[in-house]
Amino acid sequence: MGSTKTVKSSPRKASPDAATLERMLYYLKLTRESESRIENVLYRQGKIVGGVYVGRGQEAIGVGASLTMRPGDVTFPCHRDFSVFLIRGFTLADIFANWLGRADSPNRGRDNTIHIGDMKLGIIPIISPLGATLPVACGVGLVLKQRGKGNVALVHFGEGTTSLGHVHEAMNFAAVGKLPVIFICNNNQYAYSTPVEKQFAVKSLAVRGPAYGMPGERVDGTDVLAVYDAVERAGAHARAGKGPSFLECVTLRMAGHSAHDAAEYVPEKLKQAWAKKDPIQRLENLLLSRKVMTKQQIEELGTQVSGEIDRAIAEAEARPLPRGEDAVQGVYCGPDCWWEKPCP
Amino acid sequence: MALLTYLEAIRHGIWEEMERDPSVLLMGEDIGAYGGAFKVTAGMLEKFGEARVIDTPICESAIVGAAIGAALMGMRPVVEMQFMDFIASGFDQIVNMAAKLHYRWGPAVPIVIRGPSGAGVHGGPYHSQSNEMWFVHTPGLKVVAPATAYDAKGLIKAAIRDDNPVIFYEHKFLYRRIKEEIPEQDYVVPIGKGVVRREGTDIAVITYGAMVWTALDAARELEKEGLSLEVVDLRSLLPYDEETVLASARKCGKVILLHEDTRTGGMAGELAALIAEKAFEDLDGPIVRVTAPDTPVPFAPPLEEYFLPNAAKLAEAARKLAAY
Repeated sequence: MGSTKTVKSSPRKASPDAATLERMLYYLKLTRESESRIENVLYRQGKIVGGVYVGRGQEAIGVGASLTMRPGDVTFPCHRDFSVFLIRGFTLADIFANWLGRADSPNRGRDNTIHIGDMKLGIIPIISPLGATLPVACGVGLVLKQRGKGNVALVHFGEGTTSLGHVHEAMNFAAVGKLPVIFICNNNQYAYSTPVEKQFAVKSLAVRGPAYGMPGERVDGTDVLAVYDAVERAGAHARAGKGPSFLECVTLRMAGHSAHDAAEYVPEKLKQAWAKKDPIQRLENLLLSRKVMTKQQIEELGTQVSGEIDRAIAEAEARPLPRGEDAVQGVYCGPDCWWEKPCP
Repeated sequence: MALLTYLEAIRHGIWEEMERDPSVLLMGEDIGAYGGAFKVTAGMLEKFGEARVIDTPICESAIVGAAIGAALMGMRPVVEMQFMDFIASGFDQIVNMAAKLHYRWGPAVPIVIRGPSGAGVHGGPYHSQSNEMWFVHTPGLKVVAPATAYDAKGLIKAAIRDDNPVIFYEHKFLYRRIKEEIPEQDYVVPIGKGVVRREGTDIAVITYGAMVWTALDAARELEKEGLSLEVVDLRSLLPYDEETVLASARKCGKVILLHEDTRTGGMAGELAALIAEKAFEDLDGPIVRVTAPDTPVPFAPPLEEYFLPNAAKLAEAARKLAAY
């Protein structure tokens, strides 16, 4: 049985200004509704084929972490971190086009969901054998450290991934080299159908940090401000040359593993308890109580977000599908690179 | 010209690339202060410093992954596997990350993974494998296996300059057993090009790595019997040189495919299919494989000797095929 315990976060240091708070709400809403359209509309309509994975309930982790990023930082989002791609600069239309397997999309139809990367934006996405990005983040961290500009690598992964061998290798590698890497674990309590108690024997994954010689902290993953603050502090630690940190951001996956999965293995009581901690609701309450936004402004933001998504989907759907014969192009990088040419 | 062993040729190649290009860096276990288990990287820490010659913990997955990350940031990492047998621990990073990155979203992944492979030194099952076919079957990778010191230097340079992940199979049996005069000036051996090591007319022996020398030994022996072997050194396994393979097959009409790797799913099977598809009309006999049997590499000398192809086994197969 998963945990409903509220996580007590460390005292806050970072205090985002009103504009940042509004951006947080904007990206939370944009992410929630975009993923809802993908799962409940485009997938059900048969327009999106293959696997569909959403991050309902954990949007605050990607938003909070990515809004701390500075130019030159590099992030490694996971498959439920839709917001990270938006915040780092992929357009909504490009993202939808990728889900739709379009020729003119970041992956040109070669890989699905949001396995999209762009070094100019500082984004390296996951591959489906999870955890493989952690060692890669170490290499990025190594180069960032050598360049000495105070940049960091942020790598997102789930609690199930922590059971894999290369997660151990990467955390040890980063700690030994004092690399500027922030390990951001989204503990959403279920890896597909496997609950945390069948995944690891520790009460909190945060203990894994000190075990490798780096700080470890348990963070409320439904509180975007808590995530922002914790990543900001881990960032300051790394930027100062003090090495990596491990953050366990706790939430509950408020969706199935993928769109075909009703997640009946998650107890109803647990779902209800975590529904009360919805990250969007929490931030809205805070913005209202601090008078950063009015109820009407929040409603208007919702309408604005819906409109942006409508336009992006229409634009993405209008793009052509790839030609079958292009499957054999661009396997190798070299002179006359296929990827450098305009989309066929 | 300088007289260099196969091992020294690799060292010189890496050294020169590091002098030429500041983005080249080395990562691996015991490669710095110790200079590597076989001393390929000896002297490099002193010359190039800790930022470019990085001793790592024992973690093949993290080493390869970190190399990929550094490559995405614009560096050209060269990773040493202490033995190519240990590459299995980095398999996911190689076949799922490195090999597919360019195809998925377009970045260059200029990494080289190099190390000693092959048997003949009584290393047992975990210090002797020829596991190149694990990677030859993975689109997106390049796989090379030099047989000579000249090629070892020219190919390591080409591998370092390549924008794709290259798996570089050194043969540990050759490390200090062969010496050649190597030009002082810069040169590369292009990846994907084979070479005819010895011209012949009766049977084309197509091989790579240390077995090139076995084929040349057998050819000298059989010449006395009036049988003329042509010896083709593939040098690159992915991509391989279709043109050179087919030209020799057509010219001789009889073909032996020779490798130290085990039989099923080996390079010989791939080449046999190619020759059957494209040179069938020119063949005067069955395509013959001379390979190791389908077993792990055994340790004790009589077992290892039985396992490995050698000049006598090749000569026997050649005599049989010649009489066909």
